[in-house]
Amino acid sequence: MNDQTLTPEERAANLKGMGSSRKRVEDVRFTQGKGNYVDDIKLDGMLFGDFVRSPYAHARVVSVNKEAALALPGVIAVLTAEDLSPLGLHWMPTLAGDKQMVLADGKVLFQGQEVAFVVAEDRYIAADAAELVEVEYEELPVLTDPFEALKSDVVLREDLEGQTEGAHGPRKHHNHIFTWEQGDKDATEAILAEADVVAEEMVYYHRTHPCPLETCGSVASMDKVTGKLTLYGTFQAPHAIRTVVSLISGIAEHNIRVISPDIGGGFGNKVGAYAGYVCSVVASIVTGKPVKWVEDRMENLMSTAFARDYWMQGKIAATTDGKITGLWCHTTADHGGFDACADPTKFPAGFMNICTGSYDIPTAYLAVDGVYTNKAPGGVAYRCSFRVTEAAYFIERMIEVLAIKLNMDAAELRRINFIKADQFPYQSALGWEYDSGDYHTAWDKALKAVDYEGLRAEQAQRVEEFKAGKTRKLLGIGLTHFTEIVGAGPVKNCDILGLGMFDSCEIRIHPTGSAIARLGTISQGQGHATTFAQIIASEIGLPADDITLEEGDTDTAPYGLGTYGSRSTPVAGAATAMAARKIRAKAQMIAAYLLEVHDDDVEWDVDRFSVKGAPERFKTMKEIAFAAYNQAIPGLEPGLEAVSYYDPPNMTYPFGAYICVMEIDVDTGEWDVRKFYALDDCGTRINPMIIDGQVHGGVTEALAIAMGQEIAYDEMGNVKTGTLMDFFLPTAWETPNYITDYTVTPSPHHPIGAKGVGESPNVGGVPCFSNAVHDAFRPFGLVQSHMPHDHWRIWKIANGLGMHE
Amino acid sequence: MIPAGFEYHRPGDIASAIGILQEHGDEARVIAGGHSLIPMMKLRMAEMGHLVDLQAIDELKGIEVGSDTVTLGAMVTQHELITHDGLAAAIPLIREAALQIADPQVRYVGTVGGNVANGDPGNDMPGLMQCLNATFDLSGPDGNRSVAAREFYEAAYFTAREDEEILTRISIPVPGAGVGQAYEKQKRKIGDYATAAAAVMVGNGTASVAMTNLADTPVWSESASAALADGDVNGCVAAMLDAIEPVADNRGPVEFKKHVAGVMLRRAIDRAQNRAG
Ligand SMILES: Cc1cc2nc3c(=O)[nH]c(=O)nc-3n(C[C@H](O)[C@H](O)[C@H](O)COP(=O)(O)OP(=O)(O)OC[C@H]3O[C@@H](n4cnc5c(N)ncnc54)[C@H](O)[C@@H]3O)c2cc1C
Repeated sequence: MNDQTLTPEERAANLKGMGSSRKRVEDVRFTQGKGNYVDDIKLDGMLFGDFVRSPYAHARVVSVNKEAALALPGVIAVLTAEDLSPLGLHWMPTLAGDKQMVLADGKVLFQGQEVAFVVAEDRYIAADAAELVEVEYEELPVLTDPFEALKSDVVLREDLEGQTEGAHGPRKHHNHIFTWEQGDKDATEAILAEADVVAEEMVYYHRTHPCPLETCGSVASMDKVTGKLTLYGTFQAPHAIRTVVSLISGIAEHNIRVISPDIGGGFGNKVGAYAGYVCSVVASIVTGKPVKWVEDRMENLMSTAFARDYWMQGKIAATTDGKITGLWCHTTADHGGFDACADPTKFPAGFMNICTGSYDIPTAYLAVDGVYTNKAPGGVAYRCSFRVTEAAYFIERMIEVLAIKLNMDAAELRRINFIKADQFPYQSALGWEYDSGDYHTAWDKALKAVDYEGLRAEQAQRVEEFKAGKTRKLLGIGLTHFTEIVGAGPVKNCDILGLGMFDSCEIRIHPTGSAIARLGTISQGQGHATTFAQIIASEIGLPADDITLEEGDTDTAPYGLGTYGSRSTPVAGAATAMAARKIRAKAQMIAAYLLEVHDDDVEWDVDRFSVKGAPERFKTMKEIAFAAYNQAIPGLEPGLEAVSYYDPPNMTYPFGAYICVMEIDVDTGEWDVRKFYALDDCGTRINPMIIDGQVHGGVTEALAIAMGQEIAYDEMGNVKTGTLMDFFLPTAWETPNYITDYTVTPSPHHPIGAKGVGESPNVGGVPCFSNAVHDAFRPFGLVQSHMPHDHWRIWKIANGLGMHE
Repeated sequence: MIPAGFEYHRPGDIASAIGILQEHGDEARVIAGGHSLIPMMKLRMAEMGHLVDLQAIDELKGIEVGSDTVTLGAMVTQHELITHDGLAAAIPLIREAALQIADPQVRYVGTVGGNVANGDPGNDMPGLMQCLNATFDLSGPDGNRSVAAREFYEAAYFTAREDEEILTRISIPVPGAGVGQAYEKQKRKIGDYATAAAAVMVGNGTASVAMTNLADTPVWSESASAALADGDVNGCVAAMLDAIEPVADNRGPVEFKKHVAGVMLRRAIDRAQNRAG
């Protein structure tokens, strides 16, 4: 194939760069069962660790008797807090500025808490030995309700007794963690007092769990000869884990190599540090052998990071014709026994202050109180940026509640309050600068696509038929227009444990014109190896198929803060483009030298530099790459590589318009999604097929959360939904067919204009499904009802509205 | 989720299997498809020293469709129940119910014998067998005996089967022409046990109704069946709602379950009556 015979468009298509629905390169190994996950790692002489966990939610640990366990052949060690304390490792710092017990230090604060770590020759022996460890507990009163906890005399965190100052300011009560305030309280309350209309509601976003297909685990291998620790694990932020391990263990950072191998889904669950990681490291140091720890499904659901659990009291003020004038929110946040929330340091409630949503709300106030209870710690961003799903759910419910109060159509209410395209960059009342958006265009496109008018007419007819006794099924039309805030974030205000939230990419071009790129992020199914190669392909004109992408090995990859909060494309994707541009800049000089013209006399043309005005005189990137390695070019170093550390100037603000049409059987509470339309605007689209895949997956998780998935506790603090029999993961059968659509409003500050999409569908999906349920019952008087909308709760709505009489 | 250790046995005939059970007493347990037993073992709610696998026993296999009676070997899989056309023609209710059990992967391995012997109130086959008035054949150290499905269930996980007995075959009278049948089940998702399920046969002046997962045993109600035989649907539903004793769990509170039980039963009756013609 002669390059010269191809048009620029054909040459561009051959690169499979940005905009191409290139097939995922990862899937070759995943679909053949050839992935390499933590549990696939087998090292010589490897031992296995297993936990003894507390059956109680709140109890004193009176004694731990290891004797019988140690007597079992094949058992190497049983570690307790007492064994870890000489090393100072019986507690560990959390990402939220709190500390957390690694192994129970005198008491336990949630069911499933780690009490002892058994190390044995194989996992079967370890499991048997865990049963033989005798722990004596003295039960204590259990607090599972955050409102009760703030009133109770029971002190959960005795270690903090007397500390009136926490990591985020004053503590008001011994079970209180922090208060976080944003916006203007007085001005907002003044507006509420004078408003034509105020709608008020408690919006509860229940506790759930990311439940990745692969549970958490690690393999620690301490080489006593070299003094080097290698730690494999399910880490969404391998570099940060290396730094944390170094800080808490005292092992020099250059002697620690952290490797995140293939990760089977993270969704925020694998951001934090877990007791199992620490214990595998300690056990390897103690035994001198590699130690593997892999939790099972029940352990994952019971003890690793949960998501949500926000009680959001809201007030929204408007004029009689529906112009919103103010928003007030007070959130009571249930953080469980330790504050292990994964947020940037200065944001103890994440970016909850995006809760003004897509609307031009001039005045707003938000306060969040964090509370300790006898539940598992966590509070991670389950497929969303930090607390953004909570914020989106809150505002999208409040809009619906206001629409009811105003007796207005909820689509119209949204339309008249949207931030207008010409208001961007838009300064929100709660402190953000929205980068770009065109909400009206997206909204109108969505309403038209589903024939919104027609649906409302059908719904009205359905209501008549229901009242006439001709049907027992209701029709709900769920609306959502969400705005996310992703891509954390600017180092000036975003850090985790003091580490600025930049990210990185290093690209090396090989002499024959292929390349390897390494990033500070780590894919958990997002397809980074596919999409980041596409960015490079478009930027430097080498085919994506010729670019290898590596992440997750801290010995080779540049430092970065990892993958969560939809930050990979906004931050590491930007670093990738910037590194590629550095390469292109050097390539330009090489090309000019080879073509014997001045640097400014060549121009970029898809995959080559050509002489301005003489396109037949050119050097392809492949030729330039070779020249970089075989020619002595005056004034230039040999080689062709670059690295970029990108500190984003702002967050990105993806948005979308989602509409759900749902049928509801009032007699059984069963539901059926008839249609789900998802319009996403994530700015520049790198790989449309991967975007579709992300939307399908994210909406499915949203469906799960809205329609049944929860981590529920009884009043004794027992987890009631600790297996997949009760914790709802939809199968293909429950998963509807999705219609995806898009508009493109590039981010003005991102090098390629991309905003991130992986989490939008969860952020938009949850309120959309919930609003559909609410909307079905709106004609019969329902205002607010809490998720999850499983059969019995939907039935209870119908029952409460007298529909079974 | 790792079971405690056990010895594994794989006898080739019923007599040897019983021999192993006798030798080890309540230390031994038979395993059929393992899809109820293995989860219990992994949760360490069931621990036994000896597991007696029934897979290699040919006598426990096979479906025979006679003109009056259908017999199912205990080791017939739920998948075989669905794919056997002769069975579907004789008693369509079995295929309809089996299709609502778990998912295809479970059904490839899970057996009808394991499902009825298990004694879990969530299992669908026990209620179905009571509706169909099936008989279970048991073999033990003292020989063979038969127990009616309607007499088999005592409490959750307690049945009339002795520890050393093996359930070998299930005999079901063919309901005959003119009898409409229907199985209606509400569940939270594919692979879930019933929130409430109803098995109904009606026609030729006879009726039989049984329900699943609404008490600690399946519930076959004589008075509900009699009412339906008389054409009294409301009476049938009232009698059944009287007989069930649901408990609150993650599927919902008692009042919800009672309501849904009534809805499932009415829907099953409606469909069965239509099919009776
Ligand atoms: C995800 C999932 C979903 C499920 N959903 C459903 C559902 O919706 N409805 C439903 O009905 N079931 C459901 N099941 C259970 C499934 O149908 C099981 O296969 C069935 O309950 C047991 O059959 P088995 O052959 O697997 O028996 P096993 O698990 O091997 O045995 C179960 C019990 O019966 C005893 N046993 C087995 N065979 C004999 C015999 N011949 N004689 C004496 N004792 C015997 C065993 O000792 C054991 O105590 C589900 C299972 C799973 C894993």
